[in-house]
Amino acid sequence: MTNLAQPSDAGTAAASTALAATDAATAPRAARPRGRYGWAPPAWLQALPMALVFALFFVLPLALVAVVSLLDYNDYEIVPAFTLRSYSETFEGCYDQLPGLCTILKTYWTTVELCFAVWAITLVVGFTISYFLAFHVRTLTMQTVLALVCTIPFWTSNVIRMISWIPLLGRNGLVNQALMGSGVVDAPVEWLLYSRFSVVLAFVHLFTFFMVIPIFNSMVRIDKRLIEAAYDAGASGWQTLWNVVIPLCKPGIVIGSIFVVTIVMGDFVTVGVMGGEQIASAGKIIETRLNALQFPPAAANAVILLAATLLIITALTKVVDIRKEL
Amino acid sequence: MRQPDLELIHLTKRYGDTVAVDAIDLKIAAGSYCCLLGPSGCGKTSTLRMIAGHEAASEGDIVFGPSNITDLAPAQRGTAMMFQSYALFPHLSCIDNVAFSLKMKGVDKAKRRARAAEMLDLVAMGRYGERLPAQLSGGQQQRVALARALITEPQIVLLDEPLSALDPFLRTKMRVELKALQRRLGIIFVHVTHSQDEAMALADLAVIMKDGRIEQAGSPRELFNAPRTAFVAKFIGGHNVLQGSAGAFAVRADRLHLSRPGADPDASPRGRGAGLDAVVRSVEYQGTFVQLTLDGAGSEITATLDEPTYDATPFQPGDPIAVSWNEGDVHPLAGAPSPPATSRPQLAPA
Repeated sequence: MTNLAQPSDAGTAAASTALAATDAATAPRAARPRGRYGWAPPAWLQALPMALVFALFFVLPLALVAVVSLLDYNDYEIVPAFTLRSYSETFEGCYDQLPGLCTILKTYWTTVELCFAVWAITLVVGFTISYFLAFHVRTLTMQTVLALVCTIPFWTSNVIRMISWIPLLGRNGLVNQALMGSGVVDAPVEWLLYSRFSVVLAFVHLFTFFMVIPIFNSMVRIDKRLIEAAYDAGASGWQTLWNVVIPLCKPGIVIGSIFVVTIVMGDFVTVGVMGGEQIASAGKIIETRLNALQFPPAAANAVILLAATLLIITALTKVVDIRKEL
Repeated sequence: MRQPDLELIHLTKRYGDTVAVDAIDLKIAAGSYCCLLGPSGCGKTSTLRMIAGHEAASEGDIVFGPSNITDLAPAQRGTAMMFQSYALFPHLSCIDNVAFSLKMKGVDKAKRRARAAEMLDLVAMGRYGERLPAQLSGGQQQRVALARALITEPQIVLLDEPLSALDPFLRTKMRVELKALQRRLGIIFVHVTHSQDEAMALADLAVIMKDGRIEQAGSPRELFNAPRTAFVAKFIGGHNVLQGSAGAFAVRADRLHLSRPGADPDASPRGRGAGLDAVVRSVEYQGTFVQLTLDGAGSEITATLDEPTYDATPFQPGDPIAVSWNEGDVHPLAGAPSPPATSRPQLAPA
C-alpha cells in the first residue's frame, strides 16, 4: 500500500502546516470583535441608538409624569412643591365608604370589567381566527391574503369605524328595524347603542386584530408533526388544543393580551363615543382633569392607571402559567 | 401467545392523479424488523403513514392478526410512531413527553410519571427526566422519542427515518441499540430509510420500493445475493449491472477478477468465466479495500479488491485492464436495464 499511502501522507502534512499557519494568523485578531466587514463597534455602542430613543420617548416622559403627579397645584398653575395631595384627593372618602365603593373605585372597577370582557372576547375570537389561518388554510399565499383581509378595518380611521356602528345600532337603526319588522320585539332595543354592549362591541371590532397577529405568529411556528404526534398518542382534538397548541401559543397569547389590555385600560375615545359619554372610565378621568388643566391630578391618575394595568398584565401571565401545574 | 403478523393487501394511496403507493402486497411476520427502503418519492413514507393511520388508504387493507385496522384511529391500532426529527413537545419535560399518551387516557399524575420514568430507564435516559427536549442532544432526543412511542405498549413501532438526523458515528451506535431493543421486545418494527447500509444492518425483511411498487422484498442476504432487477442491484450497491447477450445481469463488485491484458487467463483460478476489456479510471483507497472505477464497453464498472490482491498488481489510472468473472457469480436481472444511472453504483463492502 506504500504507493497509495505516501502521497496522501505528504498531503496531510502540508495541509496541517497550512492550517497551523492560518491559526497563528487569526488568533491575535480573534480577541477583538469582528463583523462581516472587519471591525464592528462594541455591543454597548450598537445598542446606544435604541437606548437613546427609549430613554427620550419612554423613560423621560414617564418620569416627568411621576414627578408632576407629586407637585402641588391651584386653580391656574402648578406649584413647585412636593405633596401627595393629588393622590389623597383622588381617593378622598374612599376609606369611609368601605365596604361600598367610592366613585373613583367604581370607575376603575367598570374599566376593569370592560377590559376583562374585551380581553376574553378578543382572545377567543382572535385565537379561533388564528387557528383557522394556521391550521386550515393550506397554502402560504392564501394565508397571506386572508391575513391582509383581516387588516381591512384598519384602512379607515378609528373614529369612522366607531361612528359607522351608529346607523346600525341606533334606536331607529338597521338592527332595531329588522328586529321590529320581524316581530321579535315590539319596542326598539335600547341597550344596543350608548351602552356597555356597544363599547365592548366597538373594542372587539377594533382590537381583535391585535390578538390575531401575535397568536397567529406563534401558531404557524408549531411543527405540524407535533399535532400528529399528539394524535398518535391518542389525544382528541380538544386534548391536542389544550395540551399542545395553547401552551405553544402562550407567548402570542401574552403579547396579544398586553396589547388589548393596555389599549382598553387607557382608552377614553371609544368609551366616550360608543358609551354616549355616559360611562366613566379610567381614561376618561384623566381626560377630564387634563381638560380642566389640572395636570398633577391627571398625572396621579395616569400613574394609578399604569399600576393597575401592570397588575392586570402580571395577573394574566400568572394565569397562563398556572395551567402548566394542572 | 403468538404475536400476530401484519399484512398489507393491495394497499394504494392516491393524491389526486398521482399514485404514491400502487397496490402493494406485503406480509411482515410477527416479531420481525422490516425496513422500507427506496429513493425519495418511492412511496415508503406514505406506506408507513398509512400503517400508522396518519394517512387514509385510498384502496386496500391493512390487516393485523385477526383485525382489519385500515380505518382505525392511530391510537386504536396498537401502533406507535416515532416521527422524523422526533416531534417531541418542546414545552414538556422528557418525562411529561413520555407520559403524554397516558395523560390523554386520564391516568393520574403519580402513576403516569412513574411509568414514564420506567420507560426512560429502558432507553437509558432516566437521569434526564426533568430536562426539556431543547436541552438534549440528537441521540438523547431520539431515545426519549422512542420511550414515548413504547409507553403505549404498541405491538408495532413505526419509525420514519429515525437515524437521519444523527451524525454518522451516533447513527451506527443507535442502530445497534434499535435492533437490540426490537429483539428484546419481540414486536414488529417498521423502519423507513433511504440508506441501504441501515437496511442491511437492521432488517429481517428489507423491502425495496420504487415508484409506489415493491421492487423486491426479502432478507438483506437474499437481496444482495440475488437482486431481481437492475434497480435493486444498483440501489443496494456493491453490484455492477452489465448487458449480456441474454439480457442484463449483475455481478458483485468484489467478485470481479482483474488482470493485465495479455496475461494468461488460466494463470488465475477465477479467470475462466466471461469478461471484458476496460481502462482504469480511478483508484480509491478505502481502508479495508481498494475501489477501482473502470471504463469498459460503454459502461462504468466498479471493482473492489482487498489490499493484498491490489498490491499484487497495483493498477494505476489509465492502465488497460481485463475484467473477468465466474459464470456462477452472474445474476440475470428481470426486465430492461434501467437507463445509465446518473450516479455510479453505490458500493457496500461485502
